[in-house]
Amino acid sequence: MPDYSWPPMEKRKVIGKRISRLDGMVKSTGAAKYNSDINPPGLLFGVLLTSPHGHARIKSIDTSEAERLPGVTAVRVILGAGKEIQWQGQEIASLAAVTEDIARDAARKIKVDYEILEHFVDEEDLAKAGSRAKPAGEVTTGDPDKAFQEADAISQGYYAIPVITHCCLEPHGQTVRWRGERVDYWPSTQNVSALGAELARSIKVPVTQVHTDMQYMGGGFGSKFPADLWGTECAELSKASGGRPVKMFLDRQQELLMAGNRPSVFGEIKVGAKKDGSLTVWQSKTWASGGLGGGNLNADQMPYVYRNVPNRRINHTAVSINAGSARAWRAPNNQQLSYITCCALDDLAAKLGMDSLDFFIKNTSLSPRGEVYKYQLEKGAEIAEWKKLWKPRGTSNGPIKRGLGIGVNMWGGLGHDSKCRAIINPDGSVEVQIGTQDLGVGTRTIVPQVAAETLGLPMPAIKFSMGSNAYPPSGASGGSTTVGGVTASTRKATVNALNKLFEVVAPSLGVPADQLEAVDRKIQVKGNPAKSLSWQAACAKLGVNRIEEMGENVGRTAPREGLISQGAAGIQIADVSVDIETGKVKLNRLIAVQDCGLIVNPKLAESQIFGACIMSTCGALYEERVMDQQIGKTLNADMEFYKLSGINDIGEIIVHLDLRPEMDKRGVIGLGEPPAIGGIAAIANAVANAVGVRVHMVPLTPNRVLEALARRNA
Amino acid sequence: MAFEILVNGASHRVETDPETSLLSVLRNQLGLTGSKYGCGEGQCGACAVLIDGRAVRSCITPVKHAAGRHVTTIEGLARNGKLHPVQQGFLDADALQCGYCTPGMVMSAVALLAKDPHPTDAAIRRGMEGNVCRCGTYPRIVAAVRMASKGAAR
Repeated sequence: MPDYSWPPMEKRKVIGKRISRLDGMVKSTGAAKYNSDINPPGLLFGVLLTSPHGHARIKSIDTSEAERLPGVTAVRVILGAGKEIQWQGQEIASLAAVTEDIARDAARKIKVDYEILEHFVDEEDLAKAGSRAKPAGEVTTGDPDKAFQEADAISQGYYAIPVITHCCLEPHGQTVRWRGERVDYWPSTQNVSALGAELARSIKVPVTQVHTDMQYMGGGFGSKFPADLWGTECAELSKASGGRPVKMFLDRQQELLMAGNRPSVFGEIKVGAKKDGSLTVWQSKTWASGGLGGGNLNADQMPYVYRNVPNRRINHTAVSINAGSARAWRAPNNQQLSYITCCALDDLAAKLGMDSLDFFIKNTSLSPRGEVYKYQLEKGAEIAEWKKLWKPRGTSNGPIKRGLGIGVNMWGGLGHDSKCRAIINPDGSVEVQIGTQDLGVGTRTIVPQVAAETLGLPMPAIKFSMGSNAYPPSGASGGSTTVGGVTASTRKATVNALNKLFEVVAPSLGVPADQLEAVDRKIQVKGNPAKSLSWQAACAKLGVNRIEEMGENVGRTAPREGLISQGAAGIQIADVSVDIETGKVKLNRLIAVQDCGLIVNPKLAESQIFGACIMSTCGALYEERVMDQQIGKTLNADMEFYKLSGINDIGEIIVHLDLRPEMDKRGVIGLGEPPAIGGIAAIANAVANAVGVRVHMVPLTPNRVLEALARRNA
Repeated sequence: MAFEILVNGASHRVETDPETSLLSVLRNQLGLTGSKYGCGEGQCGACAVLIDGRAVRSCITPVKHAAGRHVTTIEGLARNGKLHPVQQGFLDADALQCGYCTPGMVMSAVALLAKDPHPTDAAIRRGMEGNVCRCGTYPRIVAAVRMASKGAAR
C-alpha cells in the first residue's frame, strides 16, 4: 500500500499554516451565489401556507380564490379536510406565482376553516404531561443508595435549559427546475452528495435525473440534512408550472417554527462525594421535549465526561408537545448533558467548600481521557488567572459580583466516508473533485491545502471542484466529520495520482519511481534537487494522457490507517460580572482550550472555536424559544424577540488550541461541535460563583438572576 | 409605478409597487443578490445597503424612499478589481465563515468608518451592534474594521 501518512510536522509547507480562506474574496464582495440567490430565467416564487394553530383539525380548505389570482401558476393542498395539525407552522398548502408579492397575496386568499383542539406546550410541567410522557426506563450502576449513605457531602439541585432554534441566517429552502426528464436542484444543505437521491425518491424519478448544485450556504448547524417536505413541494410546483423554476425559501417566522430546534432538558439531580472531593455517586431524573417527537437526551452519558463514576441511577422521560420537531443542533444532546452535569458538580464542590477547579481536576480520573482534561483545566486556569481571581461563592464584594466557572466537552469527530478524484493534466494543471460542501468551516480551503502539500505545489495551482452530486460522493457535514473525511480522501487521491506521475517520469531521471519526491514545483530524486524535472516538464511527459486517481476514506476503518482519528476533548472557563441590582450578566472572558488532533489550518480552526463560544454565549444569556401556554403558539418566532448575542455582548474570547506533538500524531479530528458544548455550563457556573446562588434556568436573563437572588434573600 | 434609482453609479428604471422593499428590487429585478434576506424586519442587518452614504435596512425600506437617490450595495464597493479596505480587512482577519451576513456587515462597517474614520474597539462594537452573525465571527469583525481604519489612514 502506498504511504499516505502526513508529512512530519516540521516538514509541512502548507498544512498547519494560517492560510486565509479561499472563498473570502467572493463572500466579501457579494459575488458568492448562495442558492437563495439563484435566479434562473422564468423564475417563479413559491410559498407555503402553514398552520397558525398549535393543534387543530382542518374542517375545510378552499383554494379557488388563490388559483384565480392572476400570476398564480400552481396551487397544491398538502393537508386536506379532516387532517389533524400538530404544531404551529405545519405545512398545509403550497403555491407558486410570478412574483413574491403575488405568491404571498395568494396564500392569504386560501380559506381554511379550523376546529381548534386542545394543546400541550409546557413540557416543564411533567405532572400534566400524562400519556405524552414516555419514560425511557431506569439505568443503574453500582449501589447508589449505599453510596449516598456513605457520602460526606450531598448536593441536590434543579437545572433547566430551554428549547432553542438553529436560526440559520439563510433560511431553509431551495430552487428547483423540473423540466422534462431533468430536475435541477439548488438546495441550501449540509448534504450535497445524498440529497438528490432523497428528492428523487419523494418525487419518484430515478436519482440520475436529479442534478444537485450548491456552492455556498448560509448556515445549517445540524438543521439542513433532509430534502424536507418543502423540497418535494417546490419540485412538484415547478412541474405543475410547466417546468419553470420555482424558488421557495422559508421566511423568518417559518424558519424559527418549522426548521428544527434543540430539545429542552429539565433535571432533578442529586450527587455525592467524599470529603477529599472524590465524586462517588450520581442520580438524575430528567425530562425533555424536542416537539411532537418527544426529546431524547442520551441520559446514560451522565455524568458527562465524568461518566466512570462508580454509582449511578438515571431516569429520563421524553415529552411530546405541540411544537415543531427537533433536529441535530451543533453537538446534539451534548450541550444539555454538559450543562446539567457541570452545574450539578459545581454545586457539589460549593457544598464541599472546595474550589471548583480543584474538584473538576480531581475527578478527571473518572473520564476516559482524564490526563487530557487535567492538562486542559490547568492550562485554562492559567490563562484565566483562576487561582488569583477565584473566590468562594458569593464572597465577591459590592454590587458588581465577579465569578468564574467551568464547563467541559467531549466529541467523536471521526471523518465520514468520502471519495475524492485527483486529476493531473499534461499542461500541469491539477483538479481535485469531491461532492462535499463548505458550511463556512473552510472545506473549500483545507482540501487544496492537502493537495498542494502532497504535490509540492502552491495553493493557486489546485482547482477544487465541489458542491455537486456529479463529483465523487462524500458524507453529509454533520457530527464534525467533514474535515477528517475530505482530508483523508484528498491525501489518498493526490498520493495515488502523484505515484502515477512518478512512474511516468522515473525513466527520465534514471531512478525507480519510489525514489522520487514532489517538492517546490519539482519532481526530484529524493534529497537531490539537482536531479529534477519541473512540475510542468514532468506533466508534459503524460503526452495525450491525463492522470485520474481516486482516494477513499472509509470512516469505519480509517482510524487504523493513521490519517484521521476520533475523540476530541476541551474545556471552557467563563469569567463574568453580575450586577445584582439589575440582574445583568456581563461576560468578561470566555476561555476555550481544545484538542482536535492535527490542525490543518489554525486560522480557520480558531474561527470555528470563536463561533462555538459565541453560540454558547447566546444559549447562556439570551436565546430561548418562548411558548404561550394559553394559545399554544411560539411567542418569539422572529429576530426581535428571539435574542442572539450581538458583537457587544460577548466579552473577550481566548482560544488555546492544544497543538502539542502528541496531539498532532493523532491525525485529523473534527472540530465543529466540541467547542460549542461547554460554554453554557461555564457561564452558568460563573454566575453561581459570582452571586452565591444557583440560577436554575438558562438563559440567565436579568429577571431570572433577580428571582434567584430574591429566593436566597427570602 | 416607475422609479428611477441610482445603484452603484448606474441609473435603473424599475416598475413596481412603491411599497415593495428595496431589497426585493435589488435582488429580484436588478440581479444584485449580494444583499441578503435574513429576517425581513430590520433586525439582523444582512440586507444593509447605503443610501446617500448612510446604512439602511433595505428589507424594510420601501423602494419609493430610494427614488432619485444614490444606493450603494456590496457589489459597488470594489473599484477596478481592488477591494475596499473594509473588504480586505474581512479577508485578512477571517471575519467571515458562511459569509451570508458578510455583505451587510461590510456595508455597516463602511458607513461606520465614513462617520468615524478611526474608531476605538468600543466604537466599532457599538457601530456594528445591529448586525447579527450566527456563525460567530464577532472578534474577527472588530479586528477587520480596525485593520480597515488603519489601512485607510496609510
